[in-house]
Amino acid sequence: MNENMIYGLRPGWRLQWEPAQQRHVLLYPEGMVQLNDSAGAILELIDGQRNVADLIAELQQRYPDAPSLGQDVREFLVEAEHKGWIRHD
Amino acid sequence: MTDYSPSHAELSAGAPLWLLAELTYRCPLQCPYCSNPLDFAAQDHELTTQEWIDVLHQARAMGAVQMGFSGGEPLVRKDLEELVAEARQLGFYTNLITSGLGLDEARIQALRNAGLDHIQISLQAADSDMAGALAGSSKAHARKLAMARAVKDAGYPMVLNVVLHRHNIDQIDRIIELCVELGADAVELANCQLYGWAHLNRTGLLPSKAQLDAAEAATERWRERLAGEGNDMRLLFVVPDYYAERPKACMGGWGAIFMTVTPDGTVLPCHSARDLPMTFPTVREQALRSIWYDSFAFNRFRGEAWMPAPCRSCDERHKDYGGCRCQAFLLTGDPAATDPVCALSPDHGLIETAREEAAQDVRSVAQLTPRNARESKVFCRA
Ligand code: SF4
Ligand code: SF4
Repeated sequence: MNENMIYGLRPGWRLQWEPAQQRHVLLYPEGMVQLNDSAGAILELIDGQRNVADLIAELQQRYPDAPSLGQDVREFLVEAEHKGWIRHD
Repeated sequence: MTDYSPSHAELSAGAPLWLLAELTYRCPLQCPYCSNPLDFAAQDHELTTQEWIDVLHQARAMGAVQMGFSGGEPLVRKDLEELVAEARQLGFYTNLITSGLGLDEARIQALRNAGLDHIQISLQAADSDMAGALAGSSKAHARKLAMARAVKDAGYPMVLNVVLHRHNIDQIDRIIELCVELGADAVELANCQLYGWAHLNRTGLLPSKAQLDAAEAATERWRERLAGEGNDMRLLFVVPDYYAERPKACMGGWGAIFMTVTPDGTVLPCHSARDLPMTFPTVREQALRSIWYDSFAFNRFRGEAWMPAPCRSCDERHKDYGGCRCQAFLLTGDPAATDPVCALSPDHGLIETAREEAAQDVRSVAQLTPRNARESKVFCRA
């Protein structure tokens, strides 16, 4: 994966914190993905502006103790793109 | 709004995640497969704007997050934009489910400004002759296509919905081609569910097994072709229950995640539940929270305690919850029976009979009963 790649959510999809469910959800036409904590934390930073390197740096700062964070994030992005949640330019 | 402390039921039942707001039964079209109740013409006391806004607040406070505005034709309501804006501001993901009639560029823009997230347009067929014969309007088809293009241009994600039955299912290739050309993000090819007006017309709607197999195969060919072209349009093919071996997990279970509020404020666990011989509560008399958690109607088929044999001891009961209550009632007269669609149901023969009757029914589209106020009044009196 190219570290300069910039991801955005698929157009028309929305990430949102749901107090009632105590988690982030990804909302799309007539559907919803219920996200775990790490998926929510990564997707929150996907804004169509930050590239992958900045995204990982930002998360590393927030979670300095997380081992193999860069690797996990990259794997998640590939998976999320495959599922059609996010797209890159 | 009244504040309720959690009741016993609330601790075991989950929150309603989905709210379907049927704003009105008024509609310019008259599809013979419409799921609206047969006596819709008797129900003309629509909730006011203020009443709907109150419903939105209550549902959101309970945890609902996906919501659909439907009908009838929701665009008939002049306050649609106002309701969308309120829903969006509360944090709902807002879907408009429309025939496309009543839409124009100005309204698409106004809905966009109100924060509407998604518009789903329904198509009846691939061409205007068939679509016109089905919906009772010869101009509707061209209008729908123009509006689908405008919706796409305005930047909305677009899901197209095509209700399939024996009169249009052989057009499947042309239907999918049309959806590709319109740039849909997803297409629902849904064989019609046989409730409401569709049940009345069911032997004239059900496709043959050969038609169904051919359509499924064609859909699969399109999936491969689209994938090869790098087009990520999703194709969803919904088989008619009458040809399935097992029933659908209707609404994810009774009173599990879904609620419908009808034009007059009646609250239902699914949009066809009005067919059942039960009384459903209304938001005009009761808070939504107590309807969802405490009402007899919502608890009637919740969980497993109500299940008859063979469901009661079946390993698949967590998968399909014994099937659809409306279908069980329409076919057997008992809303608590196993859905006859299930091959394990003692009433499964009814489905086989219906398939045979359908094979004998040679009515053309024009001979089916159209869903309109004149026909509906016959049922209001009956
Ligand atoms: S199915 Fe047809 S008649 Fe029924 S509400 Fe939809 S557009 Fe109107
Ligand atoms: S017997 Fe009941 S629970 Fe088992 S598969 Fe059939 S409908 Fe589902």
